[in-house]
Amino acid sequence: MNIGIIVFPGSNCDRDVRWATEGCLGVPTSFLWHETTDLGGFDAIVIPGGFSYGDYLRCGAIARFAPVLNSLISFVDKGGKVLGICNGFQILTELGLLQGALTRNKNLHFICDRANLSIESTKSSWMKNYKKHDSISLPIAHGEGRYQCSPDVLKKLQDDDSVALRYTDNPNGSIHDIAGITNKKGNVLGMMPHPERACDDALGAIDGKSILSTLLS
Amino acid sequence: MSLFKARVFVHLRPSVLDPAGEATRSATKRLGIDGVTQLRIGKSIELEIEAVDKEDARSKIELMSDRLLANPVIEDWTLEFKDEQKALKN
Repeated sequence: MNIGIIVFPGSNCDRDVRWATEGCLGVPTSFLWHETTDLGGFDAIVIPGGFSYGDYLRCGAIARFAPVLNSLISFVDKGGKVLGICNGFQILTELGLLQGALTRNKNLHFICDRANLSIESTKSSWMKNYKKHDSISLPIAHGEGRYQCSPDVLKKLQDDDSVALRYTDNPNGSIHDIAGITNKKGNVLGMMPHPERACDDALGAIDGKSILSTLLS
Repeated sequence: MSLFKARVFVHLRPSVLDPAGEATRSATKRLGIDGVTQLRIGKSIELEIEAVDKEDARSKIELMSDRLLANPVIEDWTLEFKDEQKALKN
């Protein structure tokens, strides 16, 4: 088992993810510079939070053209698991692996807080440690986390059971309180909350550990 | 080849909330100007591009606007050419 973490100029949660996957879960984890194209030997890939390429133009807009992301598309086609956290979620929507877009928080604030979330789908293995409508709490830290999509896409997400997580108390104005979605096949998960920051009792929460542990299966 | 100057204006789709625009609109009242009923913020991207002719320049800019400059999920864009082309040597 090996996890790869893609690192862009401006990524800043890459080490946190490695601390969680390697330090807390004991899984060998490597950093993958965005210019690499070889994803061979990895069972799961994480796109971490941060401000890739300074988030110039739009969050994730420039990162989506990184060489590694071409390889990521074939990795996903072959059924590989990909988790995008925060900026990673934004990049996955820009890349088109996930539908919709993340826009400026409704209240314009950068929100750094703890969010209560409801597990909305157990279709994919990401939430296999939970039952539908279980409550968890994870840290959030974003300025552009307001999920937006067209009514057609929203219906499709619901029909496909692709809404993975909802905010219990919507902090950013996301449509239908959406905090995380999967692709139709279920092997790609994008979420604004940070599971890697909730993997040790010393940090006050361990709800992230259950989600990250599903990278392994 | 000629050099073309163009401006792409990227704006949020009408259905997408623009909280920064709303905050700016509320500041117009504080400035003492009443009656601003709508204010939305977009991006203006000015560029120069080498192309065979204007149609070639247009198709390249359209491609980059759709794929890079704007996110069609939330944004629309318009293109205008700024002035007459300049012929490039060779």
